[in-house]
Amino acid sequence: MNTNDLILQTVTKIVSFIILLFSLHIFFAGHYNPGGGFVGGLLTSGAIVLLLLAYDIKTVANSLPVDYRIMIAVGLLFAIGTGVGALIFDVPFLTHAFGYFTLPLLGKTSLHTAVLFDIGVYLVVVGATMTIIQTIGESE
Amino acid sequence: MINLLILPIVIPLITAVILMFFAKKVTIQRWISAISMTGTFITSLILLHKIDQNGIQTLNLGNWPAPFGITLVSDMLSALLVATGSFIALCCILFSFGTIGRAREKFYYYSIVQFLMVGVNGAFTTGDIFNMFVFFEVMLMSSYVLMVIGGTKIQLRESIKYLLVNVTSSALFVIAVAYLYSMVGSLNMAHISERIAEAGQPGIMTVVAVLFLIVFGLKGGIFPLFFWLPGSYYAPPAPIIALFGALLTKVGVYSILRTYTLFFYHDQGFTHELLIILSLITIVLGSIAAIAYKDIKKIIIYNIVVAIGIITYGIGTMNADSLSGSVFYLIHDMIIKAALFMIAGVIVAITGTGSYQKFSGLIRHYPLLGWIFFLSILALAGIPPLSGFIGKILIARGGFAEGDIVGALVILFSSLFVLYSLMRVFINSFWGDPKGSKVNSNIGVSKLLIPISVLMIASISYGVFSEHVNMYITQAVDVLINPSLYIEAVLNK
Repeated sequence: MNTNDLILQTVTKIVSFIILLFSLHIFFAGHYNPGGGFVGGLLTSGAIVLLLLAYDIKTVANSLPVDYRIMIAVGLLFAIGTGVGALIFDVPFLTHAFGYFTLPLLGKTSLHTAVLFDIGVYLVVVGATMTIIQTIGESE
Repeated sequence: MINLLILPIVIPLITAVILMFFAKKVTIQRWISAISMTGTFITSLILLHKIDQNGIQTLNLGNWPAPFGITLVSDMLSALLVATGSFIALCCILFSFGTIGRAREKFYYYSIVQFLMVGVNGAFTTGDIFNMFVFFEVMLMSSYVLMVIGGTKIQLRESIKYLLVNVTSSALFVIAVAYLYSMVGSLNMAHISERIAEAGQPGIMTVVAVLFLIVFGLKGGIFPLFFWLPGSYYAPPAPIIALFGALLTKVGVYSILRTYTLFFYHDQGFTHELLIILSLITIVLGSIAAIAYKDIKKIIIYNIVVAIGIITYGIGTMNADSLSGSVFYLIHDMIIKAALFMIAGVIVAITGTGSYQKFSGLIRHYPLLGWIFFLSILALAGIPPLSGFIGKILIARGGFAEGDIVGALVILFSSLFVLYSLMRVFINSFWGDPKGSKVNSNIGVSKLLIPISVLMIASISYGVFSEHVNMYITQAVDVLINPSLYIEAVLNK
């Protein structure tokens, strides 16, 4: 049986990008507004899950060739690295630093090392969610 | 270096992450995990030395001052436990090389063991009650995976029970912390202690104390709450139970020790009396069960229950003698239980069964294993030059000093049952005609005996040099008896 899910797939192509953009927005809003790494990561994996629903596991794995288990490890390295970085400057573990920088396009921006930690959280959440869904989906 | 006391937590954490990249390369995993655990052990010894020289070490994470951020506190007690825990984990990792099997090793086994050590070392070191909960969860999540890894039928069945019990107790932990927070308004343990002392521990605080006892009793396995322990600890392979038996229940006991000496010491007539009664029943039931079974693993599991009862009795009695006895016995018991479970694992691997009636005469083929087993039984029962003696005698002396003759006698008589339960195994399986046992050339027993011998040497020297160890234990007990030392160190008064 070969059902035709053209409508679902076409809508997914547009909607998944909107979800991805929204998840990035939520991720970067985290410091001043509701949001952050956890919910951002969940939204991103939501977008990928939508792709999984519209296509099959193989197609998504081909278009997004990411090993999600390695992604978890990389995320953890980001989070731990932020903490261990403090050890180099001989201040207590997880001491964060921030400053104001003038960037080419964005102008005056505040950059905070907590964002690096949040990137770690984001990667771990995406990796863990996708690992769970993929392994359950693939097992018979 | 101010970050020294976080290294025993961070080193296993980084190692666990690095090991995730080499999931399929077993040799690299073995090397990395053994080297990093050696590093953890060495840093914990350095930390021990530093505390000996400079007193309690504290670290305010993220540079936030004490009651507001998370504080890590390493006093002598937690440093001793971190060092012992890392040492045992190192021996368990070495023991895993020959026993755990490639399939498990390829499925993130070493990574999970490192995560378990993050949880254990973190729970021993933290100075924040909610952070302690988080480290408990890190430890428990890893233990769930270790319990089910391999996926045999018995493991699946027992890990469901284990998971259910621990999820329940974790929920109770959160509720207990919520109650406590609603009353004292702080999560920093030193600050909580100060606030409770100001309020003089009203009745509702005693309720929270009992709630904490239920939570930690479920993790540690004291009388009405140890029902999950025998089945769960029977399921996983030998190196994993050695880790569990040595570390997991002891974290629960450490938490009782910490909360009952730091927070809830104002209404001892109720809380500590309750703890004494529960521990005595634990000891009696554990002793009965230990002599009831014919399976070597079950016997050792019930010996854990007996030991937990003995340690918590020392906490309940709450004088200098009994507390130092408890600390002595806690460390001794961690080492000896790891050794015993490893020996049991080797015996089961050789003979293919745990029931000691089915084989005999092992000493003919494995003399070294036999004598190590014999020594470990004597050490467990507390025969004077060995490690179990000094702790038990101090606890009994503390009991007599409080006029609790029944309790102290129960402690002393439990030794007989412990000795009988395992000596029976030794006589039946190692003496007699060699039947049902032959040299099993598939297992490199001599290789497996290395970590066991290391543990036994540690245990024997712990007993022989107890005078030297006592210097450290005295410092640990000073903090337990005088909570103000802890509070001053954390809040910088």
